[in-house]
Amino acid sequence: MFKKIFVLALVVVMMATALVGCGATEEEEGLSMAMVTDVGGVNDQSFNQSAWEGHQRAEKELGFNVSYLESNQDADYHPNMETLMGAGNDLIWGIGFKMGDTILEAANNNPDQKFAIIDYAYGDDAPDNIVGVLFKEQEPSFLVGYIAGKMTETGKVGFVGGMEFPVIHRFQYGFLAGVAHADPSVEVFVQYADSFVDAAIGKAITKQMYLDGADIVFHAAGGVGDGVIAAALEEDKWAIGVDRDQNDLAPDNVLTSAMKRVDNAIFNVAEMLKEGNFPGGETVVIGLAEGGVGIAPTSDKHVPADLLAEVAELEKKIIAGDIVVPYSEETFEASR
Amino acid sequence: MLESLAFIIGTTLMYSTPLIFTALGGVISENSGVINIGLEGMMTMGAFVGATVAYFTGNPWLAFLAAGLAAALLALLHAVASVTYSANQVVSGIAINFLGPGIALFLSRMFFDGATMTKPIPLGGTMPRPFHNLFIWLSENLSGTAGRMFESNSVIDLIFDQDATVFIALISVFAVWFVLYKTKIGLRIRAVGEHPKSADTLGINVTKIRYFCVMASGMFAGFGGAALSIAIVANFRQTLVSGHGFIALAAMIFGKWKPQGAMWACMLFGAANALVVFFGRAASPIQISQQLLSMLPYILTLIVLTGIVGRANAPKALGVPYEKDSN
Repeated sequence: MFKKIFVLALVVVMMATALVGCGATEEEEGLSMAMVTDVGGVNDQSFNQSAWEGHQRAEKELGFNVSYLESNQDADYHPNMETLMGAGNDLIWGIGFKMGDTILEAANNNPDQKFAIIDYAYGDDAPDNIVGVLFKEQEPSFLVGYIAGKMTETGKVGFVGGMEFPVIHRFQYGFLAGVAHADPSVEVFVQYADSFVDAAIGKAITKQMYLDGADIVFHAAGGVGDGVIAAALEEDKWAIGVDRDQNDLAPDNVLTSAMKRVDNAIFNVAEMLKEGNFPGGETVVIGLAEGGVGIAPTSDKHVPADLLAEVAELEKKIIAGDIVVPYSEETFEASR
Repeated sequence: MLESLAFIIGTTLMYSTPLIFTALGGVISENSGVINIGLEGMMTMGAFVGATVAYFTGNPWLAFLAAGLAAALLALLHAVASVTYSANQVVSGIAINFLGPGIALFLSRMFFDGATMTKPIPLGGTMPRPFHNLFIWLSENLSGTAGRMFESNSVIDLIFDQDATVFIALISVFAVWFVLYKTKIGLRIRAVGEHPKSADTLGINVTKIRYFCVMASGMFAGFGGAALSIAIVANFRQTLVSGHGFIALAAMIFGKWKPQGAMWACMLFGAANALVVFFGRAASPIQISQQLLSMLPYILTLIVLTGIVGRANAPKALGVPYEKDSN
């Protein structure tokens, strides 16, 4: 029985590999686009998976030929780029900031090849064949902060950060601003785990926040967040997820999630490429207006409908520019 | 104040449990003379298997045992290489550290539709907390002060309402100490680790003892991994173990290759992390910068290592393969 399944699995893997090969080499009409995953692989239930979904949507709606290559270690980025360049792709994506240097080098060496990268910006010196895509993480954080500020029963909420980076600060100050917008009297405990992997630390910090009276904790801390959600489950309090809809991790305890829609980001750039407006040399920053971020679709499970309606109003105001969400300590202090 | 202390003790116990299991594994293997730096890989294997079995069966005990078994099988490879084929034990251990996460990743993709993390363990599939319901019952049924003593977040609750793995780890420390120092088999293990030739002359099967110890060490490392993936959190991802195995290895050396020593070393590291969490909070009585706080576990370890722990004597034959025919 096991042998049969194993053989079947092998066959499937071989066929899948063969198909990937086809996608990369076939020269058909229309544009082609490919991506290199980071070490998470294409089914990581997070960034890479979302990126691939963006590719698939571009295939369906824009007629792109799409393919991907997975990286098993950081050293695979370069050879994977080379392979995709050799296959004649019009646009090659690097998924994740870790590929920043690899892509810059490839872009400098191959001025006719277009590249794009998620979560990385090259600033003003970027070559014309490269696009960096950043997200306005502060905007969904503001929305979940507003929900937390309205729904807390103790008047205290928490934020657990991974490490102090600008991107995590965008989550933090967006959240702080959202809470303050809902109710300025709500206290926010902010604590950094100084790690993105140590789930036990995340659990300890979150338990302590609950002990100090918080009843909702938002995290932007990668694997540390597993501990945050485990603590919420154990203490039967609320947690707020990040990057993707994390409700599946604890269906009764994850209130909502601040999502980054990598799929939409990729689709938007693909569309620009098709229309001939490839924003080469620029950094594309996408937020609520472009559908690049948002709150989780499962939010309606636990968040009352009238509060969600208020959140939708806020969303409109942010898109219209009536509310500018702070993204750093300075902008946060200035907005108060 | 008392609650703060209780929180620190409780967090110390939670944090150090996976380390204690894994360090015990190291103690057993190295006392028999086989270096085991593959603890990290074995722990990863155990964490993955634990989370997977708990997800599919919903039974934490089965998952816990399966985690030990799977990691013991991985350790068997280490035993074959380093005992039977006299390979360099450090090299073999490093290979295990690559192999463990690799197999976990491969199997994870096979069982979870290509995903690199397991699905969350359903309710009731994670390690139970043995005193949880008792405390709730006591706080509801005892009147006055006696009842308040067992309330949620009371001192007793904060210290003792822990996952079952915490208590198993402490019992295991005693069990391993007892076996190593109070039984015939323990004496044989230590003899093999100190002077395998003499042990062999007296009719002890060195190969058999070493195989047993390496596999037992894998089993404990697997328990340690499972203590992370089915007790502290409820799923496995590639980064879950990241370094805990190496910390356990250091704790074992720090604890002078003794089970109780290793336990104290793990607890010291756990306590340092609990202090980081405690002083890092907004409401902390003393505000210390995050960067300084993050150094605390390592600085504390250095201070204790240089100041309090005296000379450590490793088993004499540690790292030396035993070949019957040589010299």
